[in-house]
Amino acid sequence: MAINKNKTPMPSQSPGERVKNFNEVPLGYTQEQAVAEAKRCIQCKNAPCVDGCPVEIDIPAFIKMIAEGDFIGAAIKLKEKNCLPGVCGRVCPQEDQCEKVCTLARKFDPVAIGSLERFAADYEQGRGKIKIPEKTKANGKKIAVVGSGPSGLTIAGDLAKLGYKVTIFEALHKAGGVLVYGIPEFRLPKSIVQREVDYIEKLGVEIKPDYVIGKVHAVDELFEMGYDAVYVGIGAGLPMFMKIDGENLNGVYSANELLTRSNLMKAYDDSYDTPVIKAKKYAVVGGGNVAMDSARTALRLGAEKVYNVYRRSRKEMPARDEEIERAEEEGIDFRLLTNPVRIIDNGNGWVKALECIRMELGEPDESGRRRPVPVKSSEFTIDVDVVVMAIGAGANPLLTSATPDIKLNKWGYITVDEKTGMTSKKNVYAGGDIVTGSATVISAMGVARKIARVIHESFKYEK
Amino acid sequence: MYKILEKEDIAPGEKLYVLDAPDIARKAKPGQFVIIIIDEKGERIPLTIADFNREKGTITIIVQEVGKSTMQLGNIKKGEGILNVVGPLGIPTHIEKYGTVVCVGGGVGIACIYPIARGMKEAGNRVISILGARTKDFIFWEDKIKTVSDEFYITTDDGSSGKKGFVSDQLKDIIDNKEKIDLVMTIGPAIMMKVVSETTRPFNIKTVVSLNSIMVDGTGMCGSCRVEVDGKTKFACVDGPDFDAHKVNFNLLNDRQKVYLKEEKEAHKKCRLEERISGNK
Repeated sequence: MAINKNKTPMPSQSPGERVKNFNEVPLGYTQEQAVAEAKRCIQCKNAPCVDGCPVEIDIPAFIKMIAEGDFIGAAIKLKEKNCLPGVCGRVCPQEDQCEKVCTLARKFDPVAIGSLERFAADYEQGRGKIKIPEKTKANGKKIAVVGSGPSGLTIAGDLAKLGYKVTIFEALHKAGGVLVYGIPEFRLPKSIVQREVDYIEKLGVEIKPDYVIGKVHAVDELFEMGYDAVYVGIGAGLPMFMKIDGENLNGVYSANELLTRSNLMKAYDDSYDTPVIKAKKYAVVGGGNVAMDSARTALRLGAEKVYNVYRRSRKEMPARDEEIERAEEEGIDFRLLTNPVRIIDNGNGWVKALECIRMELGEPDESGRRRPVPVKSSEFTIDVDVVVMAIGAGANPLLTSATPDIKLNKWGYITVDEKTGMTSKKNVYAGGDIVTGSATVISAMGVARKIARVIHESFKYEK
Repeated sequence: MYKILEKEDIAPGEKLYVLDAPDIARKAKPGQFVIIIIDEKGERIPLTIADFNREKGTITIIVQEVGKSTMQLGNIKKGEGILNVVGPLGIPTHIEKYGTVVCVGGGVGIACIYPIARGMKEAGNRVISILGARTKDFIFWEDKIKTVSDEFYITTDDGSSGKKGFVSDQLKDIIDNKEKIDLVMTIGPAIMMKVVSETTRPFNIKTVVSLNSIMVDGTGMCGSCRVEVDGKTKFACVDGPDFDAHKVNFNLLNDRQKVYLKEEKEAHKKCRLEERISGNK
């Protein structure tokens, strides 16, 4: 049978329909579609996809199970290496990882590995009966994990399976970190995150919400409380602003604030108490996934017009192509090669307009991308009510400033031994965005999994 | 769930709650705050820790019923609980032996000034406390604050208790009496803190305010609580809440506190209506 050159398309909500709700955009494969797509996998021997996966999922094996109709088996296979398949199937940049190196991709579309991962995870969850893998006998060691984002959940799950007693301390009232406060419902339903968090808890992990480490307990106190090692996975939660005039006006949000209000606090739903500014015209500044998420959130909050303002060209945008395309389909007005200069007020303390300047691309900078330079006297204004700054995040100093023996680099990120994730403080490890700066969910998970092994090794020979 | 151990009407529309929160009580210091969430659909409400008892494992908060959430909290009974309490947050007030410290609390800020006055007294300072409110009904904790003060004054707008006038008038009197003041601590409505700040500025008296900006997470993640101090943007939740009053842009603070005025009014109306329908009040 000849291989279908193209990926099996996933049904999704139409742009006109989806901008009116917060429901997930892609609807997921049916069983028939999943089997058809799984059968496109040629089960090549060298399986480059596995090397392309930061958590080394046995991709051909789980796809084979889907092709054979063993959907539960596929989910279990996935979870051998990845505790969060429902999340990763949705938000991983597969086009830069497993699918990029797929053997099929040399001639055709690669196998839709991400969509299949999502299918298997959703199928298992939909069945309600989640199989809990057999645990190794408790080894008496206690691990404290600070932060319940992708890396914290991963290391907690891995260590629990190895017999450790793991407690996750989370500053917010809900577990999931960026998965619950940052990534919007329409891209990653919170019920999916909750079910994967539930799975981690079923593995024996205790999650303590409302615990800000560095405030309620110092890192040293965690050792006094009997923990043998501490993993710090607190993310890069410090919003950046441009330091331009008018940035403190009412109507200027950091992307973190807009997204936290909308996602974590569910401000879009009138039955929740958290308010969010609902205005007609928004400008979102920045070209990453967070900017796309913010712009699309603004639309769903009822905006009539949403601009995306980015200083480079479309080619340099760090957002996933898929996200940019969806934003385009939904009618986001892209103002590329444009940079804000100041925010103009309406005389009452609120935003009235965004003054911008046109940019052109010059010589490549240290990131390898062509440096944007302002075009002289090309200033112009865009009338908006709300400006959202989505220009990146820095290292949140709350824990590190309270723990001076954890060494930091000049940007405030934690310095670690690259091979082991060890910090300068004994038995304290760190991974994810607080080490690397903003990166992907899966890269943080990959590192966490590696550190879980290091921690396990370190205790193995201890008497 | 965090259990409400005590509940008391302390002034019209202002209630005191003693919460069972041993981990927070163990670490709380004057000037710090907590964030509470009443229930699953609740918002995150920042509240100053008005008192704490490490032995009993309790913290005290005083809440002014200004909107839907705080009114809803008012309907929760002693013995019941609230869903989330996180803290202690913010940098504690810097307490040391300055000499003479004047503690100025206005409105519900009276509650916030108490642990600071107590801390300052314990550090060996001469403490002068000034409490201010609209009328005498809104003055509370008089005895409690007296016990940690060397001098004690009350001002009310209508003269129903203490001196008629504003806290700043009393402060000015003390300054005019040539008393040497080493530090003024003030907590209350933005306008009051601004006036206190302007009162001490000409005399170069170090003045510290505790800013009550709108917050979400309270851990420096969202930037909702941006304030301007000495021309620079600071986050009240992690860089504060205490700042040098003479460097704070109070006009901006005042504007930013009104961001959700419209939404709050709508929610308030809805809440009142629901209460009428359910016959709650």
